[in-house]
This record gives sequence, C-alpha cells and structure tokens, in this order.
Amino acid sequence: MITFLIFLAILLAVTAIVQMLSIYDLTSAIKGRKAFEVTERENKMQAFLWLIFVPSYFIFILWQYLVWGKYMLPESASVHGEKIDGLFATTWLIIIPVFIITHSLLAYFCFKYVYNKDRKASFFAHNNKLELAWTVIPSLTLATLILYGLKTWNSVMSPIPDEADKVTIELFARQFDWTARYAGEDEKLGRSHFRLIKGFNALGVDSSDANAHDDILVKGEFHLPVNKPVEFVFRSQDVIHSAYMPHFRAQMNCVPGMATLFNFIPRYTTAEMKQKTSNENFDYILLCNKICGAAHYNMQMKIIVESEEDYNKWLSSQKRFLASN
Amino acid sequence: MSTTHAEHSHHEQSFITKYVFSQDHKMIAKQFLITGFLMGFIGMMMSVLFRLQLGWPGESFPILTFLLGENWAPDGVLTPDKYLALVTIHGTIMVFFLLTAGLSGTFSNLLIPLQLGARDMASGFLNMLSYWFFFLSSIIMLVSLGVEGGPASAGWTIYPPLSALPQAIPGSGLGMTLWLVSMAIFIVSSLLGSLNYIVTILNLRTKGMKMTRMPLTIWAFLITAILGVLTFPVLLSAALLLIFDRSFETSFYLSDIVVAGTALDFNGGSPILFEHLFWFLGHPEVYIVLLPSLGLTSEIISVNARKPIFGYRAMIGSMLTIAFISIIVWGHHMFVTGMNPFLGAVFTFTTLLVAIPSAVKVFNYLTTLWKGNIRFTPAMLFAVGLISTFISGGLTGLILGDSALDINVHDTYFVVGHFHIVMGLSAVFGMYAGAYHWFPKLFGRMMNHNLGKAHFWLTITSVYGVFLPMHFIGLAGVPRRYYSNSAFPLFDSFIDLNEIVSAFAILAAFAQVLFFINFVYSALRGPKATQNPWDSNTLEWTTPVEHIHGNWPGDIPAVHRWPYDYSKPGAASDFIPQTVPLSEYEKDEGH
Repeated sequence: MITFLIFLAILLAVTAIVQMLSIYDLTSAIKGRKAFEVTERENKMQAFLWLIFVPSYFIFILWQYLVWGKYMLPESASVHGEKIDGLFATTWLIIIPVFIITHSLLAYFCFKYVYNKDRKASFFAHNNKLELAWTVIPSLTLATLILYGLKTWNSVMSPIPDEADKVTIELFARQFDWTARYAGEDEKLGRSHFRLIKGFNALGVDSSDANAHDDILVKGEFHLPVNKPVEFVFRSQDVIHSAYMPHFRAQMNCVPGMATLFNFIPRYTTAEMKQKTSNENFDYILLCNKICGAAHYNMQMKIIVESEEDYNKWLSSQKRFLASN
Repeated sequence: MSTTHAEHSHHEQSFITKYVFSQDHKMIAKQFLITGFLMGFIGMMMSVLFRLQLGWPGESFPILTFLLGENWAPDGVLTPDKYLALVTIHGTIMVFFLLTAGLSGTFSNLLIPLQLGARDMASGFLNMLSYWFFFLSSIIMLVSLGVEGGPASAGWTIYPPLSALPQAIPGSGLGMTLWLVSMAIFIVSSLLGSLNYIVTILNLRTKGMKMTRMPLTIWAFLITAILGVLTFPVLLSAALLLIFDRSFETSFYLSDIVVAGTALDFNGGSPILFEHLFWFLGHPEVYIVLLPSLGLTSEIISVNARKPIFGYRAMIGSMLTIAFISIIVWGHHMFVTGMNPFLGAVFTFTTLLVAIPSAVKVFNYLTTLWKGNIRFTPAMLFAVGLISTFISGGLTGLILGDSALDINVHDTYFVVGHFHIVMGLSAVFGMYAGAYHWFPKLFGRMMNHNLGKAHFWLTITSVYGVFLPMHFIGLAGVPRRYYSNSAFPLFDSFIDLNEIVSAFAILAAFAQVLFFINFVYSALRGPKATQNPWDSNTLEWTTPVEHIHGNWPGDIPAVHRWPYDYSKPGAASDFIPQTVPLSEYEKDEGH
C-alpha cells in the first residue's frame, strides 16, 4: 500500500512539473522573450548562489570534522605507523590550503565576473610566465611529497633484520574466518600444503616436518608482545582476502597460491590503548578488507597486545600442533 | 571534402534505417545518449537500494521486495550476497555503460564531424555496429540480473578467484559468465568507436581546420580514443583468460585452492596477474571517463565566460601528459598485494606526477573565469561544478597515490569517496553540461533552464552530502563493500553519519528525476532552438537546426581561425565564428 502511495506521489509530482514547464513556455511566448534566455537578474542570482555555496561547503566539512573527527583512528599503535601519521599530517597541510584557496577563487570569480552586457571580457589567452609558475610550483611541492613518501614507504616495508629477536605469525584466511599460527620455540613455521587441509588441520600443516610440531594454531583472538618486532606471513586457501589492522596502520592481501609479508612493532598494549582512548571496551582488531563473499562484512579476529611476560604466559597455555592433532 | 549535399540526399530513408539501424552520426549520438542515460538511471537506482541497507542496516523496506523480489530481499531486507550483486553491477554500469559508452559515444559521435566540418564519421557502418554492440552488451548485462544465482557479485573489478568460483559466491556462476560475455562485446563496441573517432579526426577535417585549430573537445576525444585503443584490448585478454579458467579448467589466475571443503586442481596461476591486466585498462579507464568531460567543459566554460580558454596549448599538453602517465600508474591499485616495495615506489612516483598536469588544468580553468563575462546557463553551472569536484576529489588522490598512506586507507570508504568525486561526479557533471549545452543541436529544441538550475544545485549539494562524509568514515578504517558495520563496535559512532549519507543519496536520485522530466519534455515539446543559441564560435552551430544527412546543405564551410576568439579587442561582437576570415587589423597568432 505504501509502495503504491509513493508511486502515486511521484506520478503527481512529475505531472505537476510538466504542467509548470508548459505554462512557463507559454508565458514566455506571450511576453515575447526567448524561453531559454538567461536574464541579467537570473545570472546575478546564480553568481550569488556560488558565493553562498562555497562557504557552506567549507562549513559542511568543518561540521563533520567537529562531530565525527574524534571517531577517526586514534594515534598509531605501531612504530612505523607514527611515521605514516606524520606523512599524513604533512599531506593534509598541502591539501587543505590548496583546497580552500582554489575554491575561494572559484566562488569569487563566479560572483565578480558575472555577465554584464556593457562590459567585455578580457582577451587573455595565454601567459607563459603564469603557466610556468603553476607548472613549477606544483612540481616542487610534489617532489617534496614524493621524496618524503618514498622515504616513509621504504622504512615501513623494510624487512626485520635477521639477527633481531622477533615473533613470527602466519595469518591464514578463508571464507569467512582467520586462523593465526605461531612458529613456536624453534621460531620456524612448519611446511604446509593446501592438499593437506582437512578437518582439524585447517591450515594444511605438514606433520612430517619437525618444524611444524611446536607450531601453535589459534582462532578468535591472537596475542602480540608489546615493543617486539612481529613478522606476519599471510596466506589464503580460497579467494583473495586482505588482513587489515587499522590501528597498526597495517594491511596486506592474502592471496591463494602465494605468501605475502608485513611486519610491525606494536607500541601500546591493549590496556594502554583503553586508557589513551578513554574507552573501556577498546580492542585492536584484524578485519578482512578485500571483498571475499557474502559474509565478508563479518570476518574478524581480536588482537590483544600485552607485556612480553603476559604474552609468554598466554602462548605457553596454547596447544602445540602435534598435540592437537 | 568536395562532396556536396546533393550527393547525400539521394536516398530516401525508411523508419528502420533512419531511427534504428542508422548510420548517421547524429542519430547514433542520440541513441548512445538515451541508452547511456537509461543504464545510468538503473545504476543510480541500484545505489539508492543498497544505500537503504547501509543507512538502516537490517531494517525492512517493502519497496526492496517490491522491486527486487523475494529472492533478493525477503521481508524487505536485502540479502548479503545480493547486496554485493547490486554493488558490482552499479559499478560496472556506471563506469562502463554510462561514463564510457554513454559519454564518449554521445559526444564524440555528435561533435567530431560537426566541429571538424565533416559530412559524417569516416565509417558510418562501423559506427552503427559500435552502437549495436553496445546495445547488445547492455541487454546481456541487464539479463544477467535475472539468472539463477544472481549477477556477478565479485565487485566491478571481478578479482579471481572470487569471480572464478561459483562455490565462493553464487554470482560467480552463470551471472559472471554473462558479465564477461557482455564486457567482451562492450570492448568490441568501444574499439570500433575509438578507431572511427581517431580516423575521422585525423582525416576528415575541413579546409583550414589545422590540428591546432581544433576545439579542445576534439582533442579530448582524440586522446581518449587513443587511450581506449591501447588499453581496452588488455582488459579483453584478461576477460578471455578468466573465461578459460572458469570454463576450460586452465590455471592462469588460480592455484592452491580449497573451497567448500574440496581441493581444486588448479596449479601455478596467480590472481595477481589478473590484477595487473585489469588495472592496465582500469586506471587509464579513469581518464577515458574523465577526459571527454574535461574537453566538454573547456568548451562550455570558454563560450559562457565569453573569453578564450586560457592556455590552449597547455590544455592539450596537459591532457596528453595525463593520458601518457595514466598508462604507467596502474600499480597504485595494488600497493598491498605484496608487490616488491621497489615497484611500489616507482608507482608512487608516477602516480603523484599526475597531479602536475591536473593542477595546470585547474589553474587554467580558474584563469579562464577571471575577468570573464560569465553567463550561468545550466551547462555552465555543471561545468563550474566540475572544477569544484575535480579539485575536491583530485586532492585526496595525493593520499591514495602515496603508497605509505595507501596502506591504511586502501579499500576503505576513503577510496569510495575519492573516486566518486574525482571521476564519477566530474564525469557526470561534464556529461550533464554537455547534454544541456548541445541539447539544441541534438533535438532542435531548448531545455528549460530554471529546472536545469534546480537540478544542478540539488545535485551538487546532495552528492557532496553523499561522498564527503565517506572520507571521514574511511579514515576511521571502515572497509568498503561491507553489507553492514554492525559486527564492529568500533564503527558504531558512524551509524548516524551513514543515515545522512543515505538520505542525501535518495535526494540526489530525486534531483535526477528533474533532469529526466526536463529532458523528455523538452525533446518533445520544448521551445524551438535557434541556430546558434549560445553565440558560439564552433562549426556545429553553422549547421541547420533540423538535422540533415551530410550536415551542411551546401559546401562545408572553411575555417580561418581557432575556436576561441571571444571578446576579441576591436571586434564588433563578443564572438567571431571560426568561419570568419581574419580581418585586416588582426594578425595571425599561429592558431
């Protein structure tokens, strides 16, 4: 019934507009004026609307920032993430002034140079100096941004040095859940093969490989020690997934048939972050960020960052692969 | 071009050859425009339907069941896989059917012969084929909505393995096959069109129409067509290999897969290969969509500011640069696929370079407005709107193109906000500007400008209301293509903002209804157009209002000057058509 009423309302509105159109055309014809001619008054009105529109646009953005800005990601919880946040801030410093200046000019020009039949526009077709200026200045700005960006990118993507003390974790994705595998005491992940994926052995770990025996598989949540490099290995068994850990400024695709890598050093424990955000319910999360099927929107895992002692305690309470097999 | 009108008006035309299988470029332009707009309307309605789910997740909207049926939306709630289906087909229709075929097909076909002084396109027959292939592919895409399992649902980027395995998502069955077939036909249509545009532009210019006297519209169409010819075949090959993997058990993209508890026999392929092939078209595609709009607005801004476009040569140079760079930036869509970080660095470098020619274009537009004498026709409003969207969306590209920053905003709503503004809105605004401006040329009648203005202001307000908040949502880490955010307490703070976005989306849809009413009414009953309603310099306004085969009743006019002699000092009127010879006091400025 409601659907029917909506359709009826739309139909009436359309008819009304069509009637208005034909009345407008008729009256223009009677007044002897071209129906499509934009009069001086109408032009001024549009110019004025631009002058109103652009500041309103700024206010709309500012309002959103004031209301929702606080819900954006808190400061980064990883060491490399702080560098990314610095680059972010610099980029905004370039974007925002350019945005405001160009839009203000747009509004001002629209208002100031509105049509006047007694005035002629300036015949200003080119000016090499001006054109050179706005090629060179953006180029220099971008050169800075590119250099800064690449420096950050290289430091974010550089591997953990071999001699460093690190934790190795495999994040294994499938429709629609995550499994984390820790390397165990030997710090080596055991071999795995997709044909071995069956029942309990959800990751296809090869039990004939001695490195696999002390591997630890967990679901639901996984733990990280604070201030220690974590090497992630990502795999998938079916479609492309993406391991996204927004608080750590970390993301990497999980691609069937290959392993991908990412590493970071967690900076704050979950408890510290609860304090920082003054939110008792705060939790780090891992979520899937590549369309992977119907339940894509609910493919997540909780991450707990804690002191190294707590982490070791938690890890030793987990079952070893061979024991669980 | 020595053929005269007499040779062209010999053959009487039947209804079929005049309105259906027409080889006349003007009729084909109208066919593209109407088909493109209808597809665009369907694509837009889809976005409104899935915005209902995103704004008010889980709430029952009987209209969903009414429009989509019990299978898609039982009890008024969209199912998660059909949500993905809508998102996928919305993207496909908007990017390809509305903004590639609809936009280039309409305005390249209409304006290339008319603005260059040609009787028709180089090959009217290929042109006709191009439209009918497009029509066929549109029909197949729409038919795919109704098949068992639903249409393709793996996102418009159709990454395998999701798009290759019906076990992974129901839409990857027959629906995906039809998607691939439709796109293969679409690419044929696009290539036929592009080849025709290139040949016509290079060969069929009238006397005096040097390359450097062509309007910027034509330059934009030429560069777009070249880009299309270079990159669409790569998408075709990607699609063909995917068809092989899906239907003939090859392993181009697939390896080591266990799905629904069964290990599959694919071995040695890589989904990343598909991503490379896809984005080799996918990124230039952004400019295939955008450049024609930039060309149209360059012309419209110059005409309505009554001022030559500032930096004509710089405008051509920047379009050429943008087109060239766009072919070597595709990897920025793949920063987090595990590609070698060095390669990521190279793509960051090339990607950020695009900002330079883009900045040149923006400053040139602004300088064209400066000291102009601006008439705000609806076309001009949309053209100025394009400057705004091009700036607003382009600037956030500095963030997404920077690999280090992309790590955290990749595939979030930030991306959705960015590309909808810079490519979606800019291209749509350009297309609307073109439709309002050349409506008298297309239909011989005028559109109502009051309704056009209402359409513009409602549209720009509501679309910014839709896409700006997405930047904030994305910066908070909300991924795109989520059916609902209810599984994440982290995102609860955005419930009301999502409602605002959806409300604006509904408003935006209603605003487009104004355009459709205006369009249909004016095409049938609008006031008759005059020959040159906008006091424009270009050749299309020297043809009669009534369409005739061959465009000009007598000889094709010769061209004596560039198209941008507006408000030239010393001239009596504020425009001098290209057909007017240089007077004694004018010196030839090399145009």
